[in-house]
Amino acid sequence: MRKTDILIIGGGPAGLAAAVGAYEAGARDILILDREERLGGILKQCIHNGFGLHTFKEELTGPEYAQRFIEKVLEYKIPYQTETMVIDVSPEKVVTCVSRKNGLERIEAKSVILCMGCRERPRGSLGTPGERCPGIFTAGTAQKFTNLEGLMPGKEVVILGSGDIGLIMARRMTFLGAKVHACVELMPYSSGLKRNIVQCLDDFGIPLLLSHTVVDIHGKEHLTGVTVAEVGADLKPIPGTEKYFPCDTLLLSVGLIPENELSEMAGVKIAPTTSGAEVDEQLQTSVPGIFSAGNVLHVHDLVDFVSEEATKAGANAFRYVQNALPQSGRKVPVKMGFGVGGIVPQFVSENPEDKVSFMFRPRNVYRNAKVIVELGGEQIYAKKSMILAPGEMVNLSIPADKLKGLATADSILVRIEVPEA
Amino acid sequence: MKYELTCINCPMGCRITADYDGKEVTNIQGYTCARGKAYAQTEITDPTRMVTALVGVAGSHVPLSVKTQTPIRKPLIFDALEEIRQTVVNPPVRIGDVVIANVCGSGVNVIATENID
Repeated sequence: MRKTDILIIGGGPAGLAAAVGAYEAGARDILILDREERLGGILKQCIHNGFGLHTFKEELTGPEYAQRFIEKVLEYKIPYQTETMVIDVSPEKVVTCVSRKNGLERIEAKSVILCMGCRERPRGSLGTPGERCPGIFTAGTAQKFTNLEGLMPGKEVVILGSGDIGLIMARRMTFLGAKVHACVELMPYSSGLKRNIVQCLDDFGIPLLLSHTVVDIHGKEHLTGVTVAEVGADLKPIPGTEKYFPCDTLLLSVGLIPENELSEMAGVKIAPTTSGAEVDEQLQTSVPGIFSAGNVLHVHDLVDFVSEEATKAGANAFRYVQNALPQSGRKVPVKMGFGVGGIVPQFVSENPEDKVSFMFRPRNVYRNAKVIVELGGEQIYAKKSMILAPGEMVNLSIPADKLKGLATADSILVRIEVPEA
Repeated sequence: MKYELTCINCPMGCRITADYDGKEVTNIQGYTCARGKAYAQTEITDPTRMVTALVGVAGSHVPLSVKTQTPIRKPLIFDALEEIRQTVVNPPVRIGDVVIANVCGSGVNVIATENID
């Protein structure tokens, strides 16, 4: 059986950074597996700019950002195998993969880093009634057609959901000569960045219909239109508010789901609030030696944070291989209080070596609210924000000397405190 | 003329209103911080945008991604897109190669954002 020290599943932004992080920490026996033809993952099709402001202090396009990491992988001569699909990962870290070149292979790794990213929520998960006709795409699929294949999905477009990919595709379709009639959002707010709402919708006079949803889809041979209705506070359509939009294309931008089938095969525990692996502050999962980073761990807003997280996972995977990663000691659970969703990590070692970073998504829009961390009933962190919103992940860091109480604590609590009305 | 815009600097998305007579922006209201006021000033007097797009590649159906090297004036976006649309490049192309010099007289070059061999 082939053997490697560190096997990385996925060659997107997380996998590339994990490889670079592991190499720079000292690892020399690394292998990246990716199912696509080229490294770079989703960044290949994200040709718009805005990537890398944190990491490189400049705004790059997706392909440019990916290339910075690909060049490091090439410079360090880190082996990678594309067009290779991983089909199984065992708790013993034996990875089974298939490729045209090598057929079926088993590779035994000392450490595995899960970097499979996420996929888009499909139409089937929405329960929208209507015809099952062609012309309905997830926004990312349409993006792949336009940007990587040079194909146009359609000319008259309605977008359901106002996530950033949907907004970016509203502009791309407009740039390519299509007419985007509306962007329809169920919630009373958009989860997209303000910049994208202004520069992808407002710039071209595309209406953003908040508190609206698609209630019917029409068309036999091909999509001919959708019916849109306003929704009430209960998110249910309000009868009598229906409006018909003729269109040949419906793009869905209704959320992302971490792709954790392989993680589950390996016996990795999945956290219900992130749909990603449960990890400690070292990004190690419930299976020793298996790490997780990037959108497969939790869906990020910024690729810079994916790279940062994966670099850390790579370095820790190498320490694990060297038997230099502390494994003993109690893991203290992280509890989510009011307003906090999808926290990572879910556990912290009782005596962390270094500062501990937490990332979470606010459950709603909160103004002038405070993010508070409590340990053993004592506030160890508090920070006021003018605005917290689900579209913007909160990233906070607590120095190790404030975490001494973990040794005796049952849990650590992260919560949001809103000002009294 | 009365202007109404949304600040893009943070999730607050302040609604800012202002008057502009073609020379001076006055009566800026609704912003919460200095960045918002500055944004309103430039967005009203000289709005610019980065344009990212695709050009054809000779002998391939797969397009090449490109961008304006710096932001161009907003009213030029669709003229620039048309010039980009009509462009076909011959490989190899490296990131940063100039694909169109001085796109529609904007003074800005369009450069490649990916490599093609």
